Amino acid sequence: MEMVHLKINNIPVEAPKGTKIIEAAKLIGIDIPHLCYHPDQRVKARCRLCSVQVAGKKKLLASCSTEVWEGMEVFTDTQVVRDAQVGILQLIMADHGGNCLTCSRNGTCELQALCTRFNVLDPHLPNVNKKRQAVNTNPSIVRDPSKCIKCGRCIRACKDVQGIEAITFANRSDKIIVTTPFDIPMEKTDCTLCGQCSLVCPTGAIVEKDDTQLVLDALQDPEKHVVVQIAPSVRVSIGDAFGLEPGAIVTGQMVTALKMLGFDKVFDTNFGADLTIMEEGAEFIHRVQNGGVLPMMTSCSPGWINFIEKHYPELLPHLSSAKSPMSMFGAIAKTYYPKITGVPVDKIFTVSVMPCTAKKFEASRPEMGRDGRQDVDAVLTSRELIKLIKYVGLNLKNLPESDFDSPLGTSTGAAAIFGKTGGVMEAALRTVYEKLTGNDLPELEYKPVSLDKPASYPQLNQVRPNVREASFELGGRTFRIAVVHTLLAARLMMEKVKNGTANYDFIEIMACPGGCIGGGGQPIGTTNAKRDERIKALEKIDKDLPLHKSHENPDIQKLYKDYLGEPLGEMAHKLLHTHYRKVCLMYEFH
Amino acid sequence: MSSEVRFITKNFGKYNPDSIDSYISIGGFSALKKAVKMDGEDIASVIAAAKVKGRGGAAYDMGRKWSQARAVKGEHKLVICNADEGETCTFKDRELIKNDPFNLIEGMIIGAYTVQARDGYIYMREEYRHLRPRLLSAIKQAEEKGFLGDNILGVKGFNFRLHLYSGAGAYVCGEGTALIRSIEGKAGRPRMKPPFIKVSGAFALPTCINNVESFSIVPHLLLDDSNVYTNCGNGESIGTKLVSVGGNVRKPGVYEVPFGTTVREIIFGLAEGIPGGRRLRLVQFGGASGKVSDERILDTPYTYDDLKAAGVDVGTGSLLVIDDRTSVIDFLRYTQAFFSHESCGQCTPCREGNLHMKLLLDKLAAGEAHPCDIEKMKKIANIMTLTSLCGLGEAAQNALLSAMKIFPEVFAVGGAH
Ligand SMILES: Cc1cc2nc3c(=O)[nH]c(=O)nc-3n(C[C@H](O)[C@H](O)[C@H](O)COP(=O)(O)O)c2cc1C
Ligand code: SF4
Ligand code: SF4
Ligand code: SF4
Ligand code: SF4
Ligand code: FES
Repeated sequence: MEMVHLKINNIPVEAPKGTKIIEAAKLIGIDIPHLCYHPDQRVKARCRLCSVQVAGKKKLLASCSTEVWEGMEVFTDTQVVRDAQVGILQLIMADHGGNCLTCSRNGTCELQALCTRFNVLDPHLPNVNKKRQAVNTNPSIVRDPSKCIKCGRCIRACKDVQGIEAITFANRSDKIIVTTPFDIPMEKTDCTLCGQCSLVCPTGAIVEKDDTQLVLDALQDPEKHVVVQIAPSVRVSIGDAFGLEPGAIVTGQMVTALKMLGFDKVFDTNFGADLTIMEEGAEFIHRVQNGGVLPMMTSCSPGWINFIEKHYPELLPHLSSAKSPMSMFGAIAKTYYPKITGVPVDKIFTVSVMPCTAKKFEASRPEMGRDGRQDVDAVLTSRELIKLIKYVGLNLKNLPESDFDSPLGTSTGAAAIFGKTGGVMEAALRTVYEKLTGNDLPELEYKPVSLDKPASYPQLNQVRPNVREASFELGGRTFRIAVVHTLLAARLMMEKVKNGTANYDFIEIMACPGGCIGGGGQPIGTTNAKRDERIKALEKIDKDLPLHKSHENPDIQKLYKDYLGEPLGEMAHKLLHTHYRKVCLMYEFH
Repeated sequence: MSSEVRFITKNFGKYNPDSIDSYISIGGFSALKKAVKMDGEDIASVIAAAKVKGRGGAAYDMGRKWSQARAVKGEHKLVICNADEGETCTFKDRELIKNDPFNLIEGMIIGAYTVQARDGYIYMREEYRHLRPRLLSAIKQAEEKGFLGDNILGVKGFNFRLHLYSGAGAYVCGEGTALIRSIEGKAGRPRMKPPFIKVSGAFALPTCINNVESFSIVPHLLLDDSNVYTNCGNGESIGTKLVSVGGNVRKPGVYEVPFGTTVREIIFGLAEGIPGGRRLRLVQFGGASGKVSDERILDTPYTYDDLKAAGVDVGTGSLLVIDDRTSVIDFLRYTQAFFSHESCGQCTPCREGNLHMKLLLDKLAAGEAHPCDIEKMKKIANIMTLTSLCGLGEAAQNALLSAMKIFPEVFAVGGAH
């Protein structure tokens, strides 16, 4: 690697050629202020907050877009630079319509942090914000344009990671806004409610719909029996919000916190994940043995479901009819659970903690319930869980560990890895392979697949390869499988399926980069580097658990024996499977 | 006293601009014929030797640009003629297209030959739509005569096609990267550099952009055996320049002057001065993004260096003359409102800064400004200049900052904080 030598504030720095100044400064511990820069995104250079002085240059240079050169002398902290930084923050402040006290990003807002850092107490300018109304038309995402600083991160996430382009800039000058085509509600556009935009927004301009109060109220309601389920990925993603290392495993502490919050039962979505494998595995075997539609595609990622329903409805028959772990769990919690505990179903309030904004939408689907009741009453994202824990004055760091409650709290390592890309596939195959051969699944060797990616999508292959494939022999037949994450990769894969070149039997698709550990509801500050730590943590959980195959879960076995019957049986079909439909976009009617 | 010369405009009125035969009859395309016998590098050298600076406003060394563009490797390269002419009081490109479209096309073909481009675009502002038929017909006629197409003038492999493109009328689309995005069908917003246009321009192809006047000089220069052009001017300012004179003058219009003509000669000679016995308030040089001066500038020779020393720039070559009916503040308010309206809105300093500058000027005009407001203006202007993403935000406060020097009394507001 060719190295370049430069000085930053007179400190010698050596950095690989092509490094941007802002990255080079990190090497010596300097955090150059920035708003549009994001380590996982391509350069936008819009906010200009990262401007620095470079010897010999009249203008300041944007450190996020300027590559270092040999002999460069950078100054990040001169009077001129400070004046520019504070001045730009003041300009942004004067066009801000938010109030930190009532903002869901209070405490995690990058703009707020920068104004604190630079002690910008007063913009000294009149407020010129257009005070546009917040848009709150779907169960997942709220947009508040009055807090938007026009950094463009959301647009990049939507386009470069997800390939959706549901939002973009409209208008110019001080009237520029981030919006949807024709300004119609997000959910009626190409948008999948995946929430990747909300994950990268530096401010409170795109946020998850906040349901914490709903849950707090339920917890205080003596008439309600409140049970909570927690998705596999959350236990490895929230630790750093409490000062722990990224990827810290906080399962036990989290359970303690939820019990202290007053949940009557703390259960595990991993139980639902084991259940999903039972059904999805059985469905796969059924399809293979009966000439069903192949490749079968996984169905547990709601962003992906929204995507295929909107963009590739003709491929819906490929989707497994198995519900997601969350929804399976919800169905069990509102049927089997009241039966075995005697708690009346009308008293049960089910909460799920999810890495995902699209889960809020999934829970609101009419098919996810029965008898006029939804199976999941409230979905909190990881971000909202962090808030709840802080609400009651707890810090995971200081809490002892507790175990999940029985019986819906037992799970296997197969369920643990649901939270990462490739995990559902692995879990399903462990069960399928053993059911059919009686042997353990051999270690699969995945190879990255490169799909023809449009040149305009430079971000593909960012966290681990976005598309991987493997094959194995079973009963004299070669099975080919593929694992896909991000919706951009999903789109490219769907094109392959459509044109008949996807020679696979089973495809796992997760909407978010890295899988659920990188979901759109994960804590603010989720980066690809953190995603990798979380993936490692899930792999460790799997390794450390005594059981690794879903069908070995004793509580699952009992559930089938006592209540469900057989996988794909009548009861299972009623509770654990669903159907999909083509969704028309609003502008298709225009 | 020197007056108008005819070099760049020498064909004006000499032929029928709708007829290629008419153009050929006055010697049209002989420069191209000469060019294709030359090495591209030598063409660039001729331009460099005449010290031609780009006429779009930035005054970049044109010979150097062509030779750099030529050096860029690429199977498929482009030349683009910037005919967006969005600067206020600038209308020389319009006159060139209107009176001498074939010369522009010839200049572009020579450019294509020099930098080895296969396609060319003329990006013409929407407001010049009345000139579209003329240009389209000129391109068609040039194709029919084989000046555009494959193996032009029998030179094997010299293939060049020309396309006309109109934007939607945004000032910022005159900025190179915004122009390119606009041609690509995207929203016309500038992007950061690198990648530089010469390496990755429209459709990510190596691209050489020049102004209408820049291209129009070339055919004449190649045939200028008697050095008419290079005998004009001196130092860094060689040759002639089209100036657009407008505002409060008796005879607004486009004049071709040799460099070195005084500003007084241009305003009071060629444009015949200010009508109604009114006094000169200010002159703005080079469009809305240009700096201003007052009668102190009148005896300055119109050259790059002399104007610069006097605190202004050639820019697009326009002189907007404002008489004493308009106050300095009203003029500045208009200018800042223009930029606030035309900012593409993507970068903070320009989007927000222009708006606040406009509000502060309104406050000043209303007599409500405090000294701290003047300080704020200076501060914001400085931040815009130092940190804006593109030339628009960088230059939007040129008028204001220069006016602060020339008219300090306007900004001398009383009162404490
Ligand atoms: C905001 C902005 C607007 C511009 N508008 C024009 C224009 O209308 N016409 C033009 O020729 N150049 C314009 N330019 C300059 C071009 O970016 C570029 O420098 C020029 O077209 C290069 O040609 P030249 O070297 O022949 O001057 C503009 C620059 C900026 C920053
Ligand atoms: S977006 Fe940030 S700065 Fe704005 S109100 Fe919310 S927390 Fe405060
Ligand atoms: S939720 Fe996902 S699809 Fe919708 S706008 Fe945000 S990033 Fe795009
Ligand atoms: S919504 Fe958020 S991410 Fe998108 S441009 Fe506005 S501030 Fe940036
Ligand atoms: S300086 Fe102005 S016009 Fe240029 S990119 Fe920034 S906002 Fe757009
Ligand atoms: S962080 Fe560099 S311009 Fe925004």
